[in-house]
Amino acid sequence: MEPSHSASHPLAIHDLTVAYHRKPVIWDIDLDIPEGKLVGVIGPNGAGKSTLIKACMDLIPRASGEISIYGKPYKKQRSLVGYVPQRESVDWDFPVSAQDVVAMGLYRKVGWFKPVRKKHLDKAREMLSHVGIEHLAERQISQLSGGQQQRVFLARALAQEAKFYMMDEPFAAVDAATERAIVSLLRELKNQGKTCMVVHHDLATVTKYFDWVVLLNMRIVDAGPTELVFTEENLRKTYGGKLSLLDEAAQAMRHGKSHK
Amino acid sequence: MKMFIRVLALVLLVLFVSHPTAVASQVHAELAHGSQLAGGPVRSFELPPWEDVKDVLMLRNYNTKLVVLSTMILGVASGFVGSFLLLRKRSLMGDALSHACLPGIVLLFIIMASAGGSGKSLGGLLLGASLTGIIGVGVVMLISSTSRVKDDAAMGIVLSVFFGIGIAMMTMVQKTPGQSSAGLIDFIYGKAASMVLQDFVLLSGVAVVIAALCLLLMKEFALLCFDQTFGKCIGLPVYLLDVLLMVLVAAVTVVGMQAVGLILIIAYLVTPAATARFWTDNLRVMLLLSALFGAMSGWLGASLSALLPGMPAGAVIVLMAAVLFILSMLFGTSRGILKRVISHRQLKIKVGRQHMLRAVYELIELRYKTSAKLSLPNKPIHYANLLSHRTWSAASLGNLLRRGKREDHIEKFDGMHVSLTESGFGEAARITRNHRLWEIFLITHADIAPSHVDRDADSVEHVLSPEMVRELESALEAKIDTQVIPPSPHEFFVAGKLEGEKEL
Repeated sequence: MEPSHSASHPLAIHDLTVAYHRKPVIWDIDLDIPEGKLVGVIGPNGAGKSTLIKACMDLIPRASGEISIYGKPYKKQRSLVGYVPQRESVDWDFPVSAQDVVAMGLYRKVGWFKPVRKKHLDKAREMLSHVGIEHLAERQISQLSGGQQQRVFLARALAQEAKFYMMDEPFAAVDAATERAIVSLLRELKNQGKTCMVVHHDLATVTKYFDWVVLLNMRIVDAGPTELVFTEENLRKTYGGKLSLLDEAAQAMRHGKSHK
Repeated sequence: MKMFIRVLALVLLVLFVSHPTAVASQVHAELAHGSQLAGGPVRSFELPPWEDVKDVLMLRNYNTKLVVLSTMILGVASGFVGSFLLLRKRSLMGDALSHACLPGIVLLFIIMASAGGSGKSLGGLLLGASLTGIIGVGVVMLISSTSRVKDDAAMGIVLSVFFGIGIAMMTMVQKTPGQSSAGLIDFIYGKAASMVLQDFVLLSGVAVVIAALCLLLMKEFALLCFDQTFGKCIGLPVYLLDVLLMVLVAAVTVVGMQAVGLILIIAYLVTPAATARFWTDNLRVMLLLSALFGAMSGWLGASLSALLPGMPAGAVIVLMAAVLFILSMLFGTSRGILKRVISHRQLKIKVGRQHMLRAVYELIELRYKTSAKLSLPNKPIHYANLLSHRTWSAASLGNLLRRGKREDHIEKFDGMHVSLTESGFGEAARITRNHRLWEIFLITHADIAPSHVDRDADSVEHVLSPEMVRELESALEAKIDTQVIPPSPHEFFVAGKLEGEKEL
């Protein structure tokens, strides 16, 4: 099925190519993300998963292609998009508290030159309670565990009150309790009619967490509803050549099937 | 630690360059000329009379008042900007910038001199400084974005090349007959004593603007420093903010050059901020402290240099900043060394106390526990049993018991028997319970063998917080009654027969 790129799609990508030092990282991407789904972006290391997400938010220059968020360029739709970067992308030894970080998601509402006021901090606390760590609101961020830091980032994205969320490996290196909290948060967002696009690396949990998947390895191998697209054949195409991963993928398949 | 080495290196550099070499002797001559206020010959280190010291420190002396006030204001501005520079991890960029100012100064001097003036208009020279300083930063960004040369290498190259060009140009100017270029060298090492009222007005005007911008844009700069990717996402013009931050650094550098010199200005920018970080985990407090430390270094440094003839202000200011830095590194309440040592020691004491109380409790349990239903009586135990219960020396056990007595946990110990007080018994029961809960948790949830669990539980139980204990209780709810102390899941190694078969 050829993507239609209609304005009802949270994300429509047409012919996207991104290159780094003239070497293409992702190539000829054509993709529509349907509204109201939990979408997993799956692929081996270096497949360009993070690059795809970053290109969608104009964080890195693209060699060619067009991207639209609900039918318009990202620049005009910032308020509709929430972003959870990789946890390792920042230095957590920064002199701010958890609620200060969450309040960063409100800066567009606070406005230039103005200080963060009490109502914003209250809002930040409310978002922290959504991820279950309201009691850590005033703790300095370096004193939080990895899972708690990830929750802070999620709370910051929630504070953006977006319709479409992009999350870069939110499940990477978090404890089991945090993983559960993130999953229930994703389902809550889905129930509110919001769309989440999540870079994910654990093949074993794909069928459990996502109802739509994008299989990526420099180009789109396949994209669509999980039960149709997450097949052994497609996984071999995505992870092909990486033999150890192939085993892992096959195992994940069996695992996924036995779940049903 | 890195910062400390940096400061030390700068200090050594100052000492090195202030040796009477051909260039520096000229500086000395001028410094002596400029700092006559305390009287006395150059290079004698007689202590100035107390009255003079008081006059200078209290800003009563007109000549020094200007200098001291200027350096203090500069300290406030550089404290603000420096905090963001440090948090943006661009300290070295500030250094590259200040070094890149030199060719601009000499260039503008040549242009102004050939246009017929004396070539020493301060405004013109500072304009030149900002120009090449910003070009320098631009070149660094250009190199690191267009080639694969990393940031630090790019900065090192720009720093040395621009400074080299400046020095070469300066030597050429000095060889040109009929030109008095003597003042130029002051921009390298700084000469606070030569400041006049106009300089003061310029400096304070710029400093006020800088401080105001830093406060107004605090949250924007904070986001830039913490997570620029996210900033970009929500539409923050990160590139512009980055440039603005560099312009502010350039402004501090340029107006501060006269006082501390372009080689040392980086220490003024970075040291107060790094010093403030030892005291707080709050950005607002850090900014204020950084400004305070900057002002203090300026005040003390400029005063001291005015009182001790022959002491260049820039160097003394940096030394004062270094003193504050070292004191903060030792005594800082947030991340100072002393604080870490104390909290480590407190943990050690706590661990020792808990081991001792639990050992006593376990012995009471071994001796008097008859049924799971009955609660344990608080009875004395034999010292010899306690000593062999854990691997501890008689001396360290003695210390623990003495401390226990001071803390009202130990009723008495006389070398034969040890008995717990009421509160000691309660505390011992609580500690033992936490230990057992943790042990059972490890066995049931982490598959740790019962024979290993004692050692593993040992390392964690001391840091169990009340909420963690509650979590443990709920995790183990199905397995144990939450009110009682569960029996130990492992056998105790009992050295010989328990003494005290008869009731004590």
